[in-house]
Amino acid sequence: MSVPSTTPRPVAANSVWPRLEPLLPQVTKPIQYVGGELGAVVKEWDTATVRWALMYPDAYEVGLPNQGVQILYEVLNELPDTLAERTYAVWPDLEKLMRAHGVPQFTVDAHRPVRDFDVFGVSFATELGYTNLLAAIDLAGIPLLAADRTDADPVIVAGGHAAFNPEPIADFVDAAVLGDGEEAVLEITGIVREWKAEGCPGGRDELLLRLARTESVYVPRFYDVDYLPDGRIQRVVPNRADVPFRVHKRTTMDLDAWPYPKKPLVPLAETVHERYAVEIFRGCTRGCRFCQAGMITRPVRERSITTVGQMVQQGLEFSGFHEVGLLSLSSADHSEIGDMCSGLAEQYQGTNVSLSLPSTRVDAFNIDLAQELSRNGRRTGLTFAPEGGSERIRKVINKMVSKDDLIRTVVTAYTNGWRQVKLYFMCGLPTETDADVLEIAEMAHEVIRAGRAATGSKDIRCTVSIGGFVPKPHTPFQWAAMERPEVIDHRLKLLKQAINADRSLGRAIGYRYHDGEPSLIEGLLSRGDRRVGAVIRRVWENGGRFDGWSEHFSYQRWVDAAAEVLPAFGVDLDWYTTRERDELEVLPWDHLDSGLDKDWLWQDWQDALSEYEQDDCRWTPCFDCGVCPAMDTEIQIGPTGRKLLPLTPVNGLKLSTGAQQ
Amino acid sequence: MAFSQGFTPHPKISYASAAPTGVASEAEYLEIGLREPVDPEQLRLALDAALSPGLDVLDAVVASGASLPDRIEASRWRIELPQVDPDVLAKAVAVFSAAEEVLVERMTKQGRRTFDARAAVIGIDVIAAPTTPSEDPDVPCAILELVVRQVTPSVRPDDVLSGFRVVAGLEPPVAPKVIRLAQGTLTAQGAIVDPLDADRDGATIGGR
Repeated sequence: MSVPSTTPRPVAANSVWPRLEPLLPQVTKPIQYVGGELGAVVKEWDTATVRWALMYPDAYEVGLPNQGVQILYEVLNELPDTLAERTYAVWPDLEKLMRAHGVPQFTVDAHRPVRDFDVFGVSFATELGYTNLLAAIDLAGIPLLAADRTDADPVIVAGGHAAFNPEPIADFVDAAVLGDGEEAVLEITGIVREWKAEGCPGGRDELLLRLARTESVYVPRFYDVDYLPDGRIQRVVPNRADVPFRVHKRTTMDLDAWPYPKKPLVPLAETVHERYAVEIFRGCTRGCRFCQAGMITRPVRERSITTVGQMVQQGLEFSGFHEVGLLSLSSADHSEIGDMCSGLAEQYQGTNVSLSLPSTRVDAFNIDLAQELSRNGRRTGLTFAPEGGSERIRKVINKMVSKDDLIRTVVTAYTNGWRQVKLYFMCGLPTETDADVLEIAEMAHEVIRAGRAATGSKDIRCTVSIGGFVPKPHTPFQWAAMERPEVIDHRLKLLKQAINADRSLGRAIGYRYHDGEPSLIEGLLSRGDRRVGAVIRRVWENGGRFDGWSEHFSYQRWVDAAAEVLPAFGVDLDWYTTRERDELEVLPWDHLDSGLDKDWLWQDWQDALSEYEQDDCRWTPCFDCGVCPAMDTEIQIGPTGRKLLPLTPVNGLKLSTGAQQ
Repeated sequence: MAFSQGFTPHPKISYASAAPTGVASEAEYLEIGLREPVDPEQLRLALDAALSPGLDVLDAVVASGASLPDRIEASRWRIELPQVDPDVLAKAVAVFSAAEEVLVERMTKQGRRTFDARAAVIGIDVIAAPTTPSEDPDVPCAILELVVRQVTPSVRPDDVLSGFRVVAGLEPPVAPKVIRLAQGTLTAQGAIVDPLDADRDGATIGGR
């Protein structure tokens, strides 16, 4: 038997590791800063022409599982002349030590300073990551304001859903990309590569100009915003020649051609999701009016059953995960979901692999699928999302579910052996009254009553989970007024009382909710304009970090910062949040094209107010939202008619991973 | 890999006296239950391939006889104390060694506990350090090697350092670097024997 020896961890030339390592024993969960995950890639610095640092601006445990970052990381690292490394928000304990010891924001892969990279890409799933962006830029030693940066600084690019209105962070980022990232990062890489090969002509300004000319990369500095005396925006116009008036989102067509992630990252530290996640389709046309994701990711593009099967097989083999998530915005809507679930259940029967489907559809079909997926004996939880408590409010938000549907579905779940279901609702929706929310209690009571009658058992429960509504750009509710936090909190209190008004039923109902305050701030950030950047900066200066975490979020800090900086612009927090916009107001994101026709959005908003529902174009004729013609895209759905074949069991041990370099 | 029975099956894996967080180690041991027999060397290669650089699987043997925790009686540790004068350390070690008992405190999962850090220490040497590790050669660095018996509650290197503070007021100015060099069964002479030796064929005994 040969005698193996320990391989010392390679330390890159520009690594901060020697300075970081002594700090790690003094912080919580130091393993999150160590890197070296299965699937991680470390390349020689000098072999790469274009170098990306990719950030998910939250803690490692939240950021690592992020699909978007994992996909881009893999796509970029597959290019021979490109390297991509990851960085996450560091907790305040380490930030303090890094500042004291002069250690800059670093990547977890090779512990290189973020400032050394060419491009610093930041993916925003939520606006609550903005203060973490500022913390990372500053910790990296990069000037906070894009205007102050030099050729020695990376180009900071924002992506993710929040990038559909990057105006609040327009002063801090150099560029933003709207829409799917796979092809966008390749195009940006190509532009950087070419510009560097030419000897970086014109410096940073020229590079940004080249990016802007693609018409799919938004460079805020090339646009001026003019305001009306009353504070509203007068217009947003390019301030130099050959910069487009509007910037368009990217759409990756044919998901079968982009089967990522192939080599998912397997963390050593504990993270929020430890599973192989595969997107079974992108886009959603259910038309829920509050849902930004559904609006900005159109059209629907399915991944075929066979590609999904192959990705699951290879992803599991590579990673060793025991859980598979079949992700999308409404997974039960895939044209071949039945065959997909039964095929995968068959393939993994008798193994430790469990399958899960984020279930949002309220119908019995969903339970059939869940039954199929729980063949291995492990029951995943069932969540149904009626979103609104009353029939009326469900018409406003275009969530076409009747109370009878819901009761029938949940009772079916109970009779099929589920003991517990989760019901998800929102509070603070446009036109909502106390009565709409109180109907949630009636619905929950009826669910328990019907469930007890059907099963003859008292051992059934449901959890009512309430999220706060936040109006988002590029949705029909982008014009809506938000409700004040006090009103929301009062409604939530009334609902609690109503649920517990019947003690026997109330005991079987769990109740979870969020306070109204964080939603109001999220609303400020999601519909904010460039002036809101000053608020973000002030909050960050006053210690704001990790605003998505209730233990770190401070409502008062945001209120105070808004009160300090906004009056100079003649506006205030209420102006951004609780004010309804009218049809002709120029919205901060009007020059950013999600493909949705603004007139259609306005009509849909009017339909919402008159409680008129809109069908799903997946099954009914086109309703002219504008995306397909504007973006030159089309719906891509099956069925392909193919089936998943039984797997030949793989025996033996897997020896090479091929990922560590 | 074998899994436990039950609603949420867990992989069958158990760690014996794992090193504390923030401590380097050249000698960690664990037991894994497998569904079927495999060649230990193939298993070693497969595990090593899946782990991070720096986490190296050096050897695997088929377990027989005594369980792993029964085979781990003591650990050898090396503690580097940058910016500590070796003479100062030597004095502290002398006082510590002369003591019958040195009570120290540590937060454990059960709360704050007070226990003796002295009795478990069966070997303690200040190493003359011609090879100053890693850092600036002008800064002194005291180096200590410890052999500590596996007891309950476990006595860790930081407990011994707490003991130096208690008996001699030694307060390291910067965080010490601790490395576990070996663990295993203890011979009558105080040497540590690789716990896997008992399961190796004759040819590889002492092969590491």
